[in-house]
Amino acid sequence: MSQIPATLFDKVWDSHAVRKIEDGPDVLFIDRHFIHEVTSPVAFLGLENRGLSVMFPEKTFATADHNTPTINQHLPVQDPLSANQLKALESNTAKYGISHWGLGNPRNGIVHVVGPENGITLPGMTIVCGDSHTSTHGAFGAIAFGIGTSEVEMVLSSQCIMQQKPKKMRITVTGTTGKGITPKDVTLYIISQLTAAGATGYFVEYAGEVFEQMSMEGRMTVCNMSIEMGARGGIIAPDETTFAYIKGREKAPQGAAWDNALAYWKTLKTEEGATFDKEYTFNAADIEPMITYGTNPGMGMGITQRIPVAQEAGGSAASYEKSLQYMGFQEQEPMLGKKVDYVFIGSCTNGRIEDFRAFASVVKGRKKADGVTAWIVPGSHIVEQQIREEGILDILTAAGFELRQPGCSACLAMNDDKVPAGKYAVSTSNRNFEGRQGPGSRTMLASPLVAAAAAVTGVVTDPRELI
Amino acid sequence: MAYDKFTVLKSTAVPMPIENVDTDQIIPARFLKATERKGFGDNLFRDWRYNADGSPKNDFVLNNPIYSGKILVGGKNFGSGSSREHAAWAIYDYGFRCVVSSFFADIFKNNALNIGILPVQVSPEFLHKIFTAIESDPKAALVVDLPAQTITISATGESETFDINSYKKHNMTNGYDDIDYLQAMKEDIKTFAAKSMY
Ligand code: SF4
Repeated sequence: MSQIPATLFDKVWDSHAVRKIEDGPDVLFIDRHFIHEVTSPVAFLGLENRGLSVMFPEKTFATADHNTPTINQHLPVQDPLSANQLKALESNTAKYGISHWGLGNPRNGIVHVVGPENGITLPGMTIVCGDSHTSTHGAFGAIAFGIGTSEVEMVLSSQCIMQQKPKKMRITVTGTTGKGITPKDVTLYIISQLTAAGATGYFVEYAGEVFEQMSMEGRMTVCNMSIEMGARGGIIAPDETTFAYIKGREKAPQGAAWDNALAYWKTLKTEEGATFDKEYTFNAADIEPMITYGTNPGMGMGITQRIPVAQEAGGSAASYEKSLQYMGFQEQEPMLGKKVDYVFIGSCTNGRIEDFRAFASVVKGRKKADGVTAWIVPGSHIVEQQIREEGILDILTAAGFELRQPGCSACLAMNDDKVPAGKYAVSTSNRNFEGRQGPGSRTMLASPLVAAAAAVTGVVTDPRELI
Repeated sequence: MAYDKFTVLKSTAVPMPIENVDTDQIIPARFLKATERKGFGDNLFRDWRYNADGSPKNDFVLNNPIYSGKILVGGKNFGSGSSREHAAWAIYDYGFRCVVSSFFADIFKNNALNIGILPVQVSPEFLHKIFTAIESDPKAALVVDLPAQTITISATGESETFDINSYKKHNMTNGYDDIDYLQAMKEDIKTFAAKSMY
């Protein structure tokens, strides 16, 4: 009997389907469930109201990250509402016996940074979290996606979730990227080509030399941003780079269990001849350092280009105009030279050690521009420690920057790290929505290199001129 | 039973012809700090609805008394962005039971269905007709018939069918949710879990 060649996505999905409902969703078993303080309290309340318990507490991991302060974490959290959510996470996890890395824990950090760096995220898994950037974990060849609070309650109470199987898309980027082009540029480029809704309804596999040559940190950046073109998630086949990253991490399998797991992981790839519902191919040579000029991540352009006119950008002209008006930009203007008030490097998109290495490579021997406020926020305590150990902190300090403590910070501005109304921020995070970084804030998404170039010049600058 | 049953809804509608209405606009992050599901409707579209000093912005549709109803009609790619179910809670809590658009973001659509809001996806042409109908008469009613899977502009009788899978349709018309379903299959889940390598 000849088998239809399977995609990586099919292999992982189908091996987790407990039941397939006719003209309905699949019941999908979940291997790892991450929770945090913001989207879990109501789910725990729901459990209590229905008299339910947590079915497999050992498969759920909690960390505090979304609303935590990035200075003075040893002091009590000032904002009473945030403090309340953190307390709820602590008591809920204690009650049901769930692992909890709260503030002050050396393993604490952003959920999508600490999962991989502690070996909790592994190839072939299904992973969910009440945060849309759960797609990050797809970098390991896992099916990972964000869920709502009702679904958090589902997973807590039954370790399953009900999902319609998404369609499949493959995005291949061939060739090699040029100098100063980072994984963030690759993903912003793809999203600018597909638009913010271009992959809605799909799960995306990334393939081609560019991803094969990419580090795990870079792959995480790319998979992280998949949601910004509407995709449920992104996935990259695990390879030697993946296995080398995982080996020896705290919660990774060891000894015989490692050998077994490895043998299985090596089968996790799309077979020759497997088909996708949609395919795109791009050439790495076309990718420049990217920057966004509008209010969704699809509104991105090469840094040396001019802001497109409405017709070129597609979509409704009125929505496009509203967006540019919010940003205070005009069609046809260049982005180079635009004034920058704030620079944020961090988040689950670009808060890993490689990102700080890149940032430091530009600021080394230079000085922070007057008038720029910079928030430098590691994704976890482990990243923070690496920054110190590798001497990056010394470079930052010499250039006039300060390192903050880990958390989501200005990515969604639930804590005090808010960009004031009307001010411009170059941010390595993932969303440039109106008010995302504080009411009235104006966000330009970019790579750590572009962020660093802005931080030392005070204006939007092509980082290739500084490296 | 997790929410009110949904069968046929006849109501006036609130028009919001903006594309890519993201979840940060529906409910800004600073209002996600509750530990209970209460009062989110007050902050629905907060920054489009109110000035920084708390006074209402008169040009925003929710502040325009001529528009009201249980149906919100939005532009293409409604609900993009974060997974925060708070966005759906805010829409529900404000009093909407149905959102109509020509395209929905996936997570928003799931969240809406999970809490009893019906997302109705129509063609871009029909969406345009709905906006035109409301524009010419703000009191124009829409009829959303879930059992028949149709949406009709009362005044003109123009109608279109919409998709929903039969599982979700059954849930919505009966007020059941997925948790009820999953609880009933726990033995199967246990058997499955015993074979898992993770
Ligand atoms: S850094 Fe931003 S996107 Fe990532 S988990 Fe935190 S809030 Fe979500």
